[in-house]
Amino acid sequence: MKLLNKWPVYYKKDVVTHYCPGCGHGIVHRIVAELLEEMDLGKRAVCVNPAGCAVLAYKYFDIDMIESAHGRGTAFATGIKRVRPDLFVFTYQGDGDLSAIGTAETIHSANRGEHITVIFINNAVYGMTGGQMAPTTLLGQKTTTTPGGRNPKFDGYPLHITDMIAPLPGVIYAERVAINGPAGIQKTKKAIQTAFQVQVDGLGYSIVEVLSPCPTNWKMTPADSFKWITEVMAKEYVPGVLSDKRGGAA
Amino acid sequence: MSGNHAFGEAAIRAGCRGYFGYPITPQNELGEYMAEHLPQNGGVFVQSESETAAINMVIGAASAGARVMTSSSSPGISLKQEGISFLAGFQLPAVIVNVMRGGPGLGNIAPAQGDYFQATRGGGHGDYRTPVFAPGSVQEVADLTRLAFDVADRYRTPVMILGDGMLGQMKEPVEFPEPLTDLPEKEWALKGRGEGDSHYMASLILDVMEMERHNWELVRKYQAIAKNETLYESYMLDDAEIVAVAYGTTARIAKAAIKRVRKEGVPAGLLRPITLWPFPKEPLQDLARRIEDFVVFEMSTGQMVEDVLLSLEGKGRVAFHGRPGGVVPTPVEFSRILYREYQRQVKSEK
Repeated sequence: MKLLNKWPVYYKKDVVTHYCPGCGHGIVHRIVAELLEEMDLGKRAVCVNPAGCAVLAYKYFDIDMIESAHGRGTAFATGIKRVRPDLFVFTYQGDGDLSAIGTAETIHSANRGEHITVIFINNAVYGMTGGQMAPTTLLGQKTTTTPGGRNPKFDGYPLHITDMIAPLPGVIYAERVAINGPAGIQKTKKAIQTAFQVQVDGLGYSIVEVLSPCPTNWKMTPADSFKWITEVMAKEYVPGVLSDKRGGAA
Repeated sequence: MSGNHAFGEAAIRAGCRGYFGYPITPQNELGEYMAEHLPQNGGVFVQSESETAAINMVIGAASAGARVMTSSSSPGISLKQEGISFLAGFQLPAVIVNVMRGGPGLGNIAPAQGDYFQATRGGGHGDYRTPVFAPGSVQEVADLTRLAFDVADRYRTPVMILGDGMLGQMKEPVEFPEPLTDLPEKEWALKGRGEGDSHYMASLILDVMEMERHNWELVRKYQAIAKNETLYESYMLDDAEIVAVAYGTTARIAKAAIKRVRKEGVPAGLLRPITLWPFPKEPLQDLARRIEDFVVFEMSTGQMVEDVLLSLEGKGRVAFHGRPGGVVPTPVEFSRILYREYQRQVKSEK
């Protein structure tokens, strides 16, 4: 008999979540914890946390972790992986962290083809600081710093940073997925598994962008958040494989 | 060998296995030396996209247990301050070299000592200190770089070596110690949990009581560093009646000036702080028991002079002479100041 819903070894038990109801972080955390076990990576894994809601990810993961300065996750990861290439190193970052304050670190770690994996949570808003505009905020989307909706005249356009780095020769695998229902969750797990495998195989840099719900700051119910991802967000940030150079060709 | 190359060679011999840096004059030869020699010695060199990225790579490599270094010059060191604060908070060892140049802003590329406040007062945000070594020769670059790595590891703290463009560029004979091998493993480093418990390195401590406890823990460490690691040089002080206080390049110029004025009958000596934090406070207080006159020389508008005044606690008479902006003063210039201040003292005694 197979136990289908086993508690992941690298996911701490008896912890009260700090994430809001309907938040996508818990789902992605669970996926990562399952993969660390299934792929036998947990014992040699080091995760770099962001500044943002997931700064507290250490409460849930039972692996070695460090908390980066805002945006500097891939620089931390570069330092760790370069001096300890035997470790499995991944960052877990949000859209403000990765595509605003950490843009330079994101692009250059990708361009150097660092042998790290980046899990990029895109919820189109700054979560922890209370719902300000992110680089990924959609046009017209209301946030606390775009009270009239994001206006490109003053606020610029949604930044497609994963699409920007996907063509770089050092980026072996880039995929965008969405936490918008059971099928999306399954696809997310598959994408992160592929990205992890790229590092395990010594191929280079991999990134998975996850469109992830933030019902609190979107001021929606969790169910409506899933719907909004499917009907609105995924139209701007279309899910799919953005780069796959595992075969060697760019 | 140049001071910049000596920083690199000494670091490699101290077991440095990671160098992360971004080009900036007048310290480029250090990064170039590491690019050539560090990989040959089993280390990694990364030219980063910015000084900010470099110091954050240093944090990552230090967290994984390696001896690591970065270097820059004044404007670049400003960009590293975020990371230095994090290193202090994480209690991670690393060595940061600042080959100072004229400022503020881009300033220029000539030697200066205008970053004293930034180096000795922590520099970044938050309640911390950074040990600061100030070499005065290329030989001392080699010796203090080795020591800096040891102090960094012993106390788990970032350590700064504060040089200037003169020290970085000038060439002198230098002897290096034998390379260190078999450094002890760092139990606290991130290396994957293996069969044991997971490690977590945090700098966010939301609980105020916990954060306060962390702050006081750091203070106890800084007290131990102040007690055990303060370094200074006494030069011709036994019969001195006037004391020059200067560090690094300025101290060399002061020594030449002291030799000159002694020929004119001025009994001058030098107290040279080798650690700028912790500052050699007690030696200055001891001198003030028998000597009235102090002259502080700096290549700045007056920064270390504040530590001299704080150390003397109102005793003695402190004069200051500084040349900022990248101007390197001459021994003749310092001689005139020492002569003038000594004559003033003699007159006032009559």
